[in-house]
Amino acid sequence: MENFRYLAGVTTLQLDSEGCVGCGVCESVCPHSVFRMNAKKAEIDDLDGCMECGACAQNCAAGAIRVTPGVGCASYIIQTWIKGKETAGCCST
Amino acid sequence: MVDIERQNNACCTGDSCSGLSSIQTGLQSLEETIQSEVCCGSPPGPRSNPLEKPGFKLLNFVTDFKDSAWGPVPRVKTQLTGSDHLGTLIARLGIKRDQYIIAPGLYCVGNPDQDSPVLVTANYKLTFDSLRQELTALDAWLLVLDTRGINVWCAAGKALFSTREVVDRVKQTMLNKVVRHSQLILPQLGATGVSAHQVKKASGFKVIWGPVRANDIRRFIAADNRIEKSMRQVTFSIRERTVLIPVELSHLPKASFWVLLAVFFLSGIGTSFFSFNDAWYRGLLALAAYAGGILAGAVAAPVFLPWIPGRAFALKGALTGVVVGLAVVLLFKSGLIWMETMALLLITVAISSYLAMNFTGSTPFTSPSGVEKEMRRAIPLQAGAVLIALVAWVSAAFVG
Repeated sequence: MENFRYLAGVTTLQLDSEGCVGCGVCESVCPHSVFRMNAKKAEIDDLDGCMECGACAQNCAAGAIRVTPGVGCASYIIQTWIKGKETAGCCST
Repeated sequence: MVDIERQNNACCTGDSCSGLSSIQTGLQSLEETIQSEVCCGSPPGPRSNPLEKPGFKLLNFVTDFKDSAWGPVPRVKTQLTGSDHLGTLIARLGIKRDQYIIAPGLYCVGNPDQDSPVLVTANYKLTFDSLRQELTALDAWLLVLDTRGINVWCAAGKALFSTREVVDRVKQTMLNKVVRHSQLILPQLGATGVSAHQVKKASGFKVIWGPVRANDIRRFIAADNRIEKSMRQVTFSIRERTVLIPVELSHLPKASFWVLLAVFFLSGIGTSFFSFNDAWYRGLLALAAYAGGILAGAVAAPVFLPWIPGRAFALKGALTGVVVGLAVVLLFKSGLIWMETMALLLITVAISSYLAMNFTGSTPFTSPSGVEKEMRRAIPLQAGAVLIALVAWVSAAFVG
């Protein structure tokens, strides 16, 4: 995926190193290798690689990861602008 | 009586359930009598498959049923047949894609026992097919979740491939009786919707995150569920991008109808108030620019994505739009005044930019924060370009 870089400095991903228990799940579920384990702690290795899918936060039993997950889809976002978040649908399967 | 009716009904359709030879019964002589009284030429098809049940439909990818603690479990083929490929093609074209569904529940391949692995997947038939065709000579259980016919990753994003669905489906299929171990292999992209530690808490089953792509599953299982880094990362090859194009295009006809209606109307406005001749000829020019925008934004931008400069998709689409737009105006340059040239170019660029921006939803690497950021900048520019183009296009009819 090195050929595919999207906008930098936009992700909502946050890692609380204090809360991290070093289980390594975030590293294993991230589809873009954003995390790296270092001395029993997770580190963010490639912040701008994050696409905010939310897999890491969903699987962090310690609750040390925060991200606002969502679908990076223009037509979906247009719908949320028009109809609001609750009624917006996504077109892709 | 039932059998006689079946034969009579089947004789005109030629609908056959091939696979197993007919079972000889005492009704055979009666059947022969019926066959000799042919109703419309072609002989009747074979007897019904003994696996058929009233009220159910026997699917062509099921070979037979395996007994398990839960009951009979359909055993599925690991090779795709013609109808599977046809189904894939139709779904890829965006036709009734949301109805390309199989029933959720437990399936199996090979001859699994209580120690065989359990692979969890989605009930989008395309997803199910891509998994089962990788499982030749393996013995495994397949736990298919009700994801409403949506693939694993998108379903996970919509909370359909979810913790709750995994837990419910494990209970519904009595998986703890079917297998002795307590492990589920889930595709890694399901992690967006499934929380492994909560599945463990609620069902007792441990989630093992398997590879992103089905074609790595065999190596993963052979290596005792050990994963390699390459199996963890998503890819977006030219092939993976190209198969998405028909679906991108399938979204367009409805909107295009209204756009083109408006375009032909505006093209007819001129010094003689309204000219059908102009509506037609100038409308065709605008149609060419519009089609150029679709080609540039929904075909060229996805195909050439990594090689087009810039990161924002709206920018990438604008760039392909400039190239295609220049080609369009050069093609028709003899009949155009400068205002028309500018209008056509702007239309192509704006349409292309907008469509490329919409392709963000089909990629595996764009973040919603990023998409929203680029949209806030790009949409006013796209709308402005269209507005200027329309004013120039109509004005040109009065100037020229």
